[in-house]
Amino acid sequence: MLRTFHRAAGAAILSLALGVSAHAADLTIGLSTPVTSLDPHFHNLTPNNSLGRHVFETLVRQDESQRMQPGLAESWKAINDLEWEIKLRKGVKFHNGQNFTADDVIATFKRVPNVPNSPASFAFFVRPIVEIKAVDPLTLRLKTDKPHPLLPNDMGAVMILPKSVAETAKTEDFNSGKAMIGTGPYRLVEYVAGDRVVLKRNDAYYGQKPAWENVRFKMIPSAPARVAALLAGDVQMIEGVPTADIAKLSKDSRVSVSSAVSNRIIYLHMDSGREKNSPFVTTTDGKPMEANPLRDPRVRRAISKMIDRDTIVSRIMEGQGVPAGQLLPEQFFGTSKTLKPEKYDPEGAKKLLAEAGYPNGFGLTLHAPNNRYINDAQIAQAVAQYLSRNGIPTKLETMPSNVFFSRGSKLEFSFLLAGWGAETGETSSPLRALLASFDQKAGLGTANRGRFSDPGVDALLTQALTTIDDTKRGIMLARASDKAVGELMGLVPLHYEVSTWATRKDMAYKARADQYTFAFETRPAK
Amino acid sequence: MFVYILRRLSQTALVLAITSVLVFGGLYLVGDPVEILVNPSADQIEKERAAAALGLDKPIHEQYLTFVKGAFTGNLGNSFVYARPALEVIFERMPATLELAFLAMVIAVVLGIPLGLYAGLRPASPVSKAIMAGSILGFSLPTFWVGLILIIVFAVQLGWLPSTGRGPTTEFLGLQLSILNAEGLRYALLPAVNLALFKLSLIIRLTRAQVREQSLLDYIKFARAKGLSTRRVIGVHLLKNIMIPLVTVIGLELGSVIAFAVVTETIFAWPGMGKLVIDSIFQLDRPVVVAYLLVVVFMFILINLVVDLLYSILDPRVRLADVKS
Repeated sequence: MLRTFHRAAGAAILSLALGVSAHAADLTIGLSTPVTSLDPHFHNLTPNNSLGRHVFETLVRQDESQRMQPGLAESWKAINDLEWEIKLRKGVKFHNGQNFTADDVIATFKRVPNVPNSPASFAFFVRPIVEIKAVDPLTLRLKTDKPHPLLPNDMGAVMILPKSVAETAKTEDFNSGKAMIGTGPYRLVEYVAGDRVVLKRNDAYYGQKPAWENVRFKMIPSAPARVAALLAGDVQMIEGVPTADIAKLSKDSRVSVSSAVSNRIIYLHMDSGREKNSPFVTTTDGKPMEANPLRDPRVRRAISKMIDRDTIVSRIMEGQGVPAGQLLPEQFFGTSKTLKPEKYDPEGAKKLLAEAGYPNGFGLTLHAPNNRYINDAQIAQAVAQYLSRNGIPTKLETMPSNVFFSRGSKLEFSFLLAGWGAETGETSSPLRALLASFDQKAGLGTANRGRFSDPGVDALLTQALTTIDDTKRGIMLARASDKAVGELMGLVPLHYEVSTWATRKDMAYKARADQYTFAFETRPAK
Repeated sequence: MFVYILRRLSQTALVLAITSVLVFGGLYLVGDPVEILVNPSADQIEKERAAAALGLDKPIHEQYLTFVKGAFTGNLGNSFVYARPALEVIFERMPATLELAFLAMVIAVVLGIPLGLYAGLRPASPVSKAIMAGSILGFSLPTFWVGLILIIVFAVQLGWLPSTGRGPTTEFLGLQLSILNAEGLRYALLPAVNLALFKLSLIIRLTRAQVREQSLLDYIKFARAKGLSTRRVIGVHLLKNIMIPLVTVIGLELGSVIAFAVVTETIFAWPGMGKLVIDSIFQLDRPVVVAYLLVVVFMFILINLVVDLLYSILDPRVRLADVKS
């Protein structure tokens, strides 16, 4: 009996020692959000997209700052306002040995809008294309129904499958691994829903060879547990480092931390649509009020001046944010060079309120999600307190995001806190979703829960969205931002989130603006 | 007996029907799944497409009717997120939760009853006092905190056990279980202890209270007077009598450990059902939530039935056959 115990203990210690000396070319990564499907066209969701890009590739690739780089396409150019020519990369092979050609792209684009039961499809990215043909095996000619300058950006979202897979594979074939055939730097070994994804290096890959032969993604949704797993050495890298632990981890000699400002802005939307009886606008003593002061740009600017962004960023975000003055950080395409974060100015705010006819303020309720953005509930609390202190008594109501977004889209709020990530990596994304006049058919103002509307902004945006020339379009987008945010304060920008990764000391990750976690961009430190 | 079981099962059907209506309606009131599932930049065309694909474009009573029709053929609907039958998604995760719950209950019972017995028989000894003080801690410390402390001490500081996740699995009776091999057991130990702590304290306190109460009763005195050995008095007479409340509590707690292991599962990244259902609630994945709650309700009813049957074995006075109530 005793001997068996000793033997078992010995085996345990041995396996422990083996566990520690895992192979140097292996990498285990702790993910914060579970991958829900391996089908690259089934659910447009960050963890799925991020994982998919290990196995599949897109025509256009976004680098860590979301600038466009050649991917499976070597080059692309607009021939005229409606036609594009895409040159494909030569000598690329799928995991099954087939050559990559224009036919694969055509078959993939055909599949994208037709994935059954998809809760969030990628159809949006291929819808502008009305005609697609292969000029030769490595040249594609695309035609759009109207000028569509964002075509290259859209091509950065669609992962390419071989024709044979695109024509036959169902979503379950990807989850079982059968259809996981791409051109990417890794092949799928195993997928256990909600638990792990295991990958193996594709040694036939044409691009830079990844440093890790075997990669294992573990889903560890609890943030403190993720940090513990890193410190215990069970994983060598984690994403979504909780803000409270960053200071401690930065000092830890076993760990290195990398962060980058993301494409997500946190902002306040105000009801600028309803002329009167906005549901949560009251007098200072909480009685219903007929007039809607939020329609006045001066009042919206006053709200902006009442908030000390620097303090929110340093205290609540522990430095993991950057105060915002427009819709995207300045280095992104189409941003304004003149807009700066509003300074904390309670006096100026008072003056503006008086000018607008509300010298004694009015009452508001701020609605915010409490599980969607980094520290969202605490930020909302700080905003409500700043406003209350400076003449707009503000109540706060936070709720889970599933309730929040449903109610927000039904316009049940007067004043709300939300965030927007610019997937395309340029300014037209937040402009058209948050500040364009709501137009269901045109797909404009889809997240404009304040119903801000200004014909000048709409005109500039519409023009920009059909201007192929990048320089001209950039200027138009910047002007639209100047007008919508700078002049009219259609929303109050608070800050841009910073995304953070932590790795063991002997490796480094180039932090990305799009929050994707790529094993192939994690390198051993020199 | 047979009639009794039959009647209990027919009541089950009613409870399940009521549960399904409540959950269906409740989730409908919470919000619109399409708002959560589609990409935020999706336009109206995409939202309508998604609603139609998920069957959410129909009025709620029609959706419910579709669900009921499916339920009679054993199909509780497809998960919105995973695009697979909801029951399949749940049953895939179930072995992980079941083995964790089972291990936790084994730890709680195997340690709890002897410790409680000891504390009940020698209430004045310092060891008993230490046991009782420990059980207060087990009761009052929050699970998530204890879990993190366990990870910090045993995984980060000492490096004895893995911090998170589930170990390699082996197949047993068609189920993928991880606690049947040494490596898997190492992974399961911390979460199981964390899950067991509260139940352990509960069982210790309950056993002790029962022992204290019963050992003063006449039948114990009589048994002693008759000259039976202490071992027999405790092991047969006392233990059998304190088992009735214990079995009730253990049964119910087993149910709650299976159904609500979510905190432990989240902290230890244990891929069980609890984590699944929380994610599903946030994503308003209604088919999974409904199916999960139906499975849980059914499980509770079943456990209660088993407990009632056990009563009749433990206590000959309990007769199940012809209950008039």
